[in-house]
Amino acid sequence: MESINKELKVSALENGTVLDHIPAENVYKALDILNLRGISNQITIGINLNSKLYGKKGIIKIADRFFEDDELNKLALIAPHATVNIIRNFQVVEKKKLVLPASIEGIAKCMNPKCITNHQPVKTKFRVISENGEISLLCHYCEKRSDIRSIF
Amino acid sequence: MNKSLISIQDFTKEEILHVLETAKEFEKNRTQHILDGKVIACIFFEPSTRTRLSFETAVNRLGAKVIGFSDASNTSVSKGETLKDTIKMVSNYVDMIIMRHPLEGSSRYASEVSSVPVVNAGDGANQHPSQTLLDMYSIMQTQGRLDGLNINMVGDLKYGRTTHSLLQAMSLFNPEFVFTAPDELKMPVEYKDFLDTKGIKYTETDSLEEHLDDCDILYMTRVQQERFTDPMEYEKVKDVYRLKSSMLKTVKPNMKILHPLPRVSEIDQDVDDSPHAYYFKQAENGLYVRMAIISCLLGYR
Repeated sequence: MESINKELKVSALENGTVLDHIPAENVYKALDILNLRGISNQITIGINLNSKLYGKKGIIKIADRFFEDDELNKLALIAPHATVNIIRNFQVVEKKKLVLPASIEGIAKCMNPKCITNHQPVKTKFRVISENGEISLLCHYCEKRSDIRSIF
Repeated sequence: MNKSLISIQDFTKEEILHVLETAKEFEKNRTQHILDGKVIACIFFEPSTRTRLSFETAVNRLGAKVIGFSDASNTSVSKGETLKDTIKMVSNYVDMIIMRHPLEGSSRYASEVSSVPVVNAGDGANQHPSQTLLDMYSIMQTQGRLDGLNINMVGDLKYGRTTHSLLQAMSLFNPEFVFTAPDELKMPVEYKDFLDTKGIKYTETDSLEEHLDDCDILYMTRVQQERFTDPMEYEKVKDVYRLKSSMLKTVKPNMKILHPLPRVSEIDQDVDDSPHAYYFKQAENGLYVRMAIISCLLGYR
């Protein structure tokens, strides 16, 4: 009984967002994509947790923070199977699946060393292309395509 | 139209045809002062002869005035001015900006900060749409049509931006392609995928002789030393093809040889006198096509 209480103390959220089923190796990238580094909210992170579906998974719980769909959907780039649980008063009030965004702005760097965005203060912009389960980004400026794994 | 021309894919099929038809009119009468009183900036951050001179001639023949520079080292760019600031400033002075820049995507970015139309005269290895349009004009003028032609692209198909843009634009006209290149310089997979999704046929070969006789257009390219990071790789392939007049005996009578120029050794001088040689006329066509681009974008045609 005591051990269960201890676990609840760490992981139960009163209000906030739980991002589950993130590939274990992409948890830090997820923090970056959602701009969670340096914020003052209480965040619980789990890495290499056992998952029946995916082997090893990651989980991020952010207290008192709720995201816009557009913000969350960026996560689909690195965690397409992630699930989002919205918690209010210790209850899951909503579950969401991520939708891959059609385009993204300002969150990735172009892989082309000769791209203008790598030389001048230009905000990056990409079209998201999903083909045969592979995600790649087409740079709005230099028109080069980069594999998502080489960008994040 | 009243917009910018950055990538050939910004133009619809109708817009491409409109520019080509307009170019015909300028070929018949190449001095038409329809842009009297306009000022157009030609800003070249990277050296160029053909492109810059033909754009500046086009502006002059349309009756507009040219300002600009052909070398960024004498400008505030050398003091560290950002491209954004240069473009903001220039676009306040002029009615249109024609620019070349070594960085890829620079023209797209310029068009987003400029208050006037921007014409991309080459952004690194990315796009050079006026070249594509003059290539298409040359194809149309020599074959009498754009539809259903067999186009054999030869040389550096890996780094050569002209072949990539021409492939994209001609795919609107039901073509068939041959890609003649050594293994090191083959057409990139993304362009072959593009053709596959459009259901356009292509064959690949490393032999120049193999498909000389069945093409309508032989599009020769130079192996560009400046695109290679590895000098050894360049040495291996620089002289891989050499077209000679003796190889042209059994080609189709309507076959024309195009080349974006400058050429080095890939077309022998003895080909110049052949009725199949068209590359110098092709360069001349650049003038009419650029006159057409400028006047269409400014809404005068």
